[in-house]
Order: sequence, then structure tokens, then C-alpha cells
Amino acid sequence: MNNYSYESRLHRQQWLFRWRSWHIDPPLMILLLFLGGIGLLILYSASNENTGIVLKQSMRLFISFVVMFAFSQISPKRYYHFAPWFFVTSLFFLVGVLLMGKMSGGVRRWFDLGIINVQPSELMKLAMPMILAYFFSDKSVPPRITQLLLAGMLIIIPVFLTAKEPDLGTAIVIATSGFFVLLLAGLSWRLLFGGLMVMASFTPILWHFMHHYQRERILTFLNPERDPLGAGYHIIQSKIAVGSGGFLGKGWLQGTQSHFQFLPAHTTDFIFAVGSEELGLVGCCIIILLLLVILGRCLYISLNAKDAFSYLLAGSLSLTFIFSALINICMVIGILPVVGIPLPLISYGGSSMITLMASFGIIVSIQTHQKLWP
Amino acid sequence: MRNKNVAIHEHHKKLSLFRNRCFAALGIVLFLVAIIIARLIFLQIKQHQFYSTLSQQNILNTVPSRPNRGLIYDRHGVILAKNVPAYNLAIIPESGKATKEKIAQLKKIIPISQNEINQFYHILNQYRPYQPVPIKFKLSEEEAATFYVNRYRFPGVIIQIRMTRYYPLGESTSAILGYVGRINAQELKMLNSKQYDIADDIGKMGLEKYYESLLHGKPGAEEAEIDASGRAIRVLKETAPRPGANIYLTIDNKLQQLAESTLGDESGAIVIIQPKTGAVLSLVSHPSYDPNSFITGLSTQEYQKLLNSPLHPLYNRAIRGQFAPGSTIKPFLAIAALDDGIISPAARIYDPGWFQLPNTAHLYRDYVRYGHGWTNIEKALIVSCDTFFYHLAEKQGNERMVKMLTAFGLGNLTHIDMPEELSGIIPTPDWKRGAKGQAWYSGDTIESGIGQGFMLATPLQLAQATAILANRGLNYPPTLLLKTVFPDGHVIQKKPNVQVAVKVKHPWVWDFVIQAMQKVIDDAQGTAHYYFGSHLGYTVAAKTGTAQLYHHQKNEESLDPNSPKQLRNNHLFIAFAPVDHPEIAIAIVVEHSAMADRMARKLFDYYFKNKNTII
Repeated sequence: MNNYSYESRLHRQQWLFRWRSWHIDPPLMILLLFLGGIGLLILYSASNENTGIVLKQSMRLFISFVVMFAFSQISPKRYYHFAPWFFVTSLFFLVGVLLMGKMSGGVRRWFDLGIINVQPSELMKLAMPMILAYFFSDKSVPPRITQLLLAGMLIIIPVFLTAKEPDLGTAIVIATSGFFVLLLAGLSWRLLFGGLMVMASFTPILWHFMHHYQRERILTFLNPERDPLGAGYHIIQSKIAVGSGGFLGKGWLQGTQSHFQFLPAHTTDFIFAVGSEELGLVGCCIIILLLLVILGRCLYISLNAKDAFSYLLAGSLSLTFIFSALINICMVIGILPVVGIPLPLISYGGSSMITLMASFGIIVSIQTHQKLWP
Repeated sequence: MRNKNVAIHEHHKKLSLFRNRCFAALGIVLFLVAIIIARLIFLQIKQHQFYSTLSQQNILNTVPSRPNRGLIYDRHGVILAKNVPAYNLAIIPESGKATKEKIAQLKKIIPISQNEINQFYHILNQYRPYQPVPIKFKLSEEEAATFYVNRYRFPGVIIQIRMTRYYPLGESTSAILGYVGRINAQELKMLNSKQYDIADDIGKMGLEKYYESLLHGKPGAEEAEIDASGRAIRVLKETAPRPGANIYLTIDNKLQQLAESTLGDESGAIVIIQPKTGAVLSLVSHPSYDPNSFITGLSTQEYQKLLNSPLHPLYNRAIRGQFAPGSTIKPFLAIAALDDGIISPAARIYDPGWFQLPNTAHLYRDYVRYGHGWTNIEKALIVSCDTFFYHLAEKQGNERMVKMLTAFGLGNLTHIDMPEELSGIIPTPDWKRGAKGQAWYSGDTIESGIGQGFMLATPLQLAQATAILANRGLNYPPTLLLKTVFPDGHVIQKKPNVQVAVKVKHPWVWDFVIQAMQKVIDDAQGTAHYYFGSHLGYTVAAKTGTAQLYHHQKNEESLDPNSPKQLRNNHLFIAFAPVDHPEIAIAIVVEHSAMADRMARKLFDYYFKNKNTII
């Protein structure tokens, strides 16, 4: 056991250093590739063995990893200086999309820029934790009430704009990311619970402002049987898919709920149900475990970060990641109402995946730029 | 230095706070994960069985496969009811909104009436989920082609090919066959639901109804895996349906059509029976309706039009039409009187043109104003002398007449194999008390003596009575079924059953009455001599009858062609031929007309000319 010789340690450090100079974090990279791989396998089954869809998704994964790599090259210092501009730009776009965005299916979410569609709400997912981390990085703890109110304003405006598109799922993700910065920056528990109480008391007013379909979703969540072929259909079929999976599942490619098209949105928001049906409780636990390990690595990076902006940003981004994943799962297994939040890296779809990988890029940047930015 | 210390202190404070918060957040995350795992265990382990079953039910679908309905042939194997394919447009319903949109889209390429849409929504909840619900029946080929071209635009919309009934002879067989129609909720409830499906046809009238259990067959089942849009992915198990039995009728299609056309513009009924077997060769009610229009579905207006037509085409006169039999019952009454010795063949009565009951003022008139003079029973039959039969009725009394007429099957159902038959009325004091709440008067007996008053009989009953007379008392009950051919090739021939209906003490009365009936045709005074005619080439025994309508009791045999048609009397005619070995017996009732004897001649001529092809 003389592997632990000085030389071998040196060698190991050199090896890590080499990755570090490329701004790549091998553990996170491997975990994300692993999750992405599982995602492709499930998608292959969910899409009824449609290689076209799987290839397209692989392409997106690849692009996302490139984006992650690109974002990890940029030093946190730059993000710090860039944060206010980025936030203002995103906010500007968010207003712009409401005024002149591309209307499709009753919602305005995109700018059609010819080659690509830009979703300003996706930009805001990054801009929100960045601006709050920027804001709280040089404030003493615990934050003062005026600072919290200001931060609250910074959160509420973009969330309101996004919800107006309407895109409730993304609005919730943006709100969560902002909230996590507040939480990590030292928002007192008393205020937190007080705030939650106030929010709860505002629920009836919120109800008033909701869209019809959003109200339907909540009513249906409370009682799926009220419209078994309409709005309740999603939840019922999804629960059937999960429940019929059992301990070991029906086997990969053997799920009937998805293959016979009973499960709606089975490649996107409800893909976890496909996984549960075919891979069973064991598969679900593996996916959840993988998500938790990714969270663990990200939190480890955040805890090792040396400056407040970095650790607040990395912490918020990693918690936002795990929360959107858990909200998606909760929705699939029927313990939260249906909101359009995809399962990170597994759901079929582009823009949110790129944003997510960009956020991992920022986390990797925080990890790999440490020595260069004390 | 101090500042720097403060800064370092502050930094540490922040970092440790962050660390605490991180662990708190991790705690929340783990708590959430615990909830999720607990929920997963609940769904996937504890309720696994339940959801497994639901998932199985989702994909397993037992689609009943419809049996082909048995065919109906005439006695020579000419098809009277067959199955032809029809294209139905059906929608697999999704949520209400999606279905509504789908219908709106379909409407653009195929005309769908509001009526059809209403009907669709009406039957929608009678179907199981993911089962196609028909919205438009019997697409034309053009419509079907239009749909197939645009099919890709309509997932969940399909064309079902179903067999539907078609009656090649249309109107001329509707009185016998009836028609089939979509089963309704009540029928479905009453019948064995395993044999029937909400989209099934069921016999609604006539033989289609009477032999429903033979014709329907047994549905098969196809257990298949289906996807959410109801498409069968894989067939797991299939049991073939068993088609219904084919039935052959005693009907001769040509004679049937001739009988139908013979009635022409008149309203009436014709029944032709083989006395030796009871086989019904023709059974016609006219005017009739096209049963095929019921298969395609009548609009409410069309149905109302049929229902409210003054000629009552939906009313099956042959088995439901209850007419006063008039003079056609005189032969039966003559048999009773002669056999019981009430009167001798030679006994004469003077007919001044009327009859009067003792101690009453009412005159019962003969149709000949000044009477037939001295009349014996033979002459009374030949010239249809009413006065003679008034006397006879007075002498023999109602009870004796009822007994004989009942023996000839009048007043009772013939139990022919059709579902809607009526029994007619042979009035008795008991009947009158029950139905009218009145006492029996001796005048009622007198009116019964010439088949008037309350007495009613159906054309089928008259045909049966004629056949009994032809058989000299033996009755082969009328039947329409000749044989049944089961799908396995097994054949059941219907055997005629015979019973002695009329027993006489003196067999010569048969010959006596039948000879008198022959003279109705042959004798120059015979009531059918002029119109039925001579040069027959076969012998016929016949009796005419004129049924007075209730509201004009005078001039009963007068058939004044100038009076309004609906006020004219009904004309009846019964006959059988040949006299020695009777082959056919006929009963004709023509409403408000005097054509019955001429029609009979036409049919008899046809029969004896084409005898070889008929029997």
C-alpha cells in the first residue's frame, strides 16, 4: 500500500490540475453524462423507439455540454461584474417578449430570431440568482429588512412577467432560484415562515389572477376523477404508469402506458412516469440517488467557494436544479399539481436543458477558477 | 489591522451562516426525497396490484365481433332478406372539446346533419371508453372515399364496415318480414346483454322479430391490445362469431309479388294458404312501405308521414286488420245448421226482402229489395240470401253459431309465426257485457247470422277457415316457416301438424256446402259468377262477402261506385281450388271496393298456370 506515496499524490494533483486548467470538473462531468445517458435510454423507450428523436436529443445534449464548457471558461469575477447588465438585459427582453413575442398556442414565450428562438425567461433563470448573489455578496449578515424588500422586488417583477406569458413552471423556477439566494444569504427563519404565512393568505387573490387552465389543473389535482378524460386524464394515467411499474418495473421498452399512448406528454414533462413504469421503484431510486449525488457535488463546490458571490450563486443554482427535478417528480406521482417543469436532462426539449447546463458551467467555473481568484 | 480582522470575522460569519443554510436546505431536500420515496413505495408496492389492473384494463379490450344475421329465403331459395356492407363513420371519443372540434372538422368534408350529431351525443355514454361511436350511418361510396383521402387529418376517426339488412323485394314482402332496427335501451335491458351490443340490429316487426333468436347468431369476441386511440395493436384471442340460421319461408316470391301488385291502388289484404300443409304462399297487406327505408333510418318527418297517411301503410291488414266477415261466414253457419239438423237441405223459406223478429218492428233487410222469393239453403249460399240466414240465425241461436265459427278458428289467434297478430271477435253475451257493458239482444244474434254486427275477423283467419273447409274439418295451422338451415349445415324441416278442428256427425254436409260454394262461381245466379267468370280449367268453391260499414246500414250489398270511396263497403272473397283435392285457399279483403273476386281469379289463374314452379 505505498500508493499513497508523495509521488503518486503529486501525480494525482497534476492530473486534477490538468482538468482544472481546462475548466472541467471530472466528477460532475461524469455524473451529468451518466444522467444524460439514462435520460436518452428512457427517451428511446418513451418515444416509441424513435431514433430520430433520440438523435435530436443527443445533439441537444452535446450542445448543452459545449455550452457548459463555454460557461465554465468565464471566471466568476466576470460573472460578478456582468450580473447587473445581464439582469437588466433579461428583464428588458422579458418585457419585450410580452409586447412583441411570437404568439403560439395562446402563449408568448419566444422571440423568433430566424435561426433560433430565444426564451427570455430562460435567461432570467440565470440572471435572477446572479443579481441576488451580486447584491448580497458585500452585505453583512443577517441581511437587513430593506435589503430583503429590495431583493423581493427584484424577484417579484420578473416572476410576474414570466407568469404573465403565461409560463407558470418557469416562473416558479425563477422564484425558487431567487428565494434560495435569500435563504443562503441568511434570511431569518422567522421572516421566512412569516412570509410563507402571508403568501398562504394571499392564495385566494392569486386564484383570482390565475388562468382558467391553471385553476383547472389545481382543481383536477385535488380530485382527478372530476374529469377523467379531460384534465384529470394526465394525473390518472401517470399514476397508473407509476403504480403498475411495481418494484422492478415492466422492463425497458415494455411499458404499455407510454407505448400505447395512454400517458400524455410522455417524452417531456411526464417522462419520469415512463421510467417508473419500465424500471420500477429500483430505477426511480437510482435516478433520485443520481440527482442527489449531483446535488452533493454542487453543494461541495459551493461550500469550497471562497467568496460570497460564488458560493451564493453556486448554492442557489444547485438547489434550483434539485428542486425543479423534485417538483417534476412530485407532479408525476400526483403529490403536486401539474406545472410545466421538465425533468432536468431527461425530458425531451431544448431550451431549459441549455440553461441548466449553463448553470452547471457556472458552478464548474466557480470550482475551477478558485486559485486564480482568491 | 482591526478593519481587516473585522472583515475576516465578517467573512467567517457569512461563510458559517451559508454552511448552516446549505445543510438546512439539504435537510429540506432530503425530507422531500423521503416523501417522494414513501409515495413511490405506496404507489408501486402497496397499490401495485390496483394500478397494474388499471393498466391492463387500459390496453386490453374485448371487441365483440358481430355475427352475420341469418338470411331469409322464399320456398324456392329466392332471397328475401340479405346482408349488405355499409360504411359507418365512427369517432373514438376523447375529451368533450376535442370531439366537438373533430366533428366540426369532419363536417367540412362530409355532410353531417345536426340530427346525426344529436344522436351521436345521445348514444355516446352507452359506449365503453375508447370504443368508436358511430356518427353517420351508411356513407355513400363518394363520402367514404373523401374520408379515406383525408384520413390522416383525423386520428381517432374510423370507418366501420357493418353488415346491414337489405330486402330485395321491398314493399311486397314487408308485411311478412317486417324490418330490423337499432336495438334500443329497453330491448337491450330485456335481452341477454352478452348476445347483443348497443350497435346491434334487432328484428322490430314481422318475421325478423319473431325469429330473432334464430336469425341473430352468436357474437364472437376479439381480445386485443389497444392503444389510447383505440387501435388494436395485437390480437390476443379470437373467438369467431356464429352466424344466425338461414330460414326458408313457405312464401312463393312470384305469387307474393303478384298478389301485391294485384291490389294495385286498393287498400286490402290477400292471404293464400296451402290447405294440405298450412303453408302460407302469400301474405300481403296493401298499401305497404319499403322496409329498406327503416334500415337507412327514417327522418322524423318521413316516419310521421307514414304513420299519418290515410291509407295506413304501416298497418298489417293481413294479420291485424279486423274486418266484419259479412257473408263469407255463411258456409260455416250452413254446416252447423245442416249437421245439427236445424234445417234440411230441402227446406224452403220465403224471402220477401226482409226479416222481422216476432213482436218487434225492426226490419232486417236483404240486399235485394224485393227478396229472392222461395229459397232453400243451397240457393241461399249461391245468391247469398240474407233473409234466409236471418231465419237460420234465429233458429239455431247464437251459441251454436259461436261454437261452429270458433271451431273454424275465428275469434282466436291462428298462432301463425308472426308477432303482431290480432284475434278478431266472435261476439257472445259474455263478450258484449265485458266489452260494451250491454246486455245481449236477440237482434245481435240475427246480425251475427250474416257476419255483421260486432263480428270481426282478420284475412288470415278467413283464409284458415277456408282451408279447414277445404280439408273438410282438418286444420293445418298457417305457418310461414318452411325450414331452418343452421350454419353447421343441419336442417330442420318444419313438419305440418294437423288437428281435427270441425267434427261433423253427417259428413255429407261438407260436400253439400262445398258444392253450393262451387255454384257461387258456376251457377248463373252465383254472386261471383259474373266477375270471377267461367272457362276456368279448374274447379273453385267460393263465397263472396260484403261488409257493411257501421255508419250506413242500408243497401248492404250495393257498392255504388259513385259514393265517396271511404263510405263504400268492404268487399271480401274466400275460395279454394280445386274442389276435390284442394291445393290453395285464399282470402281477400278489399276496403271500399268490389274487386275481390276479380283479383282472386287473377291469382288462381296464375297459380294453376305455374303450379309446377310453385309447389
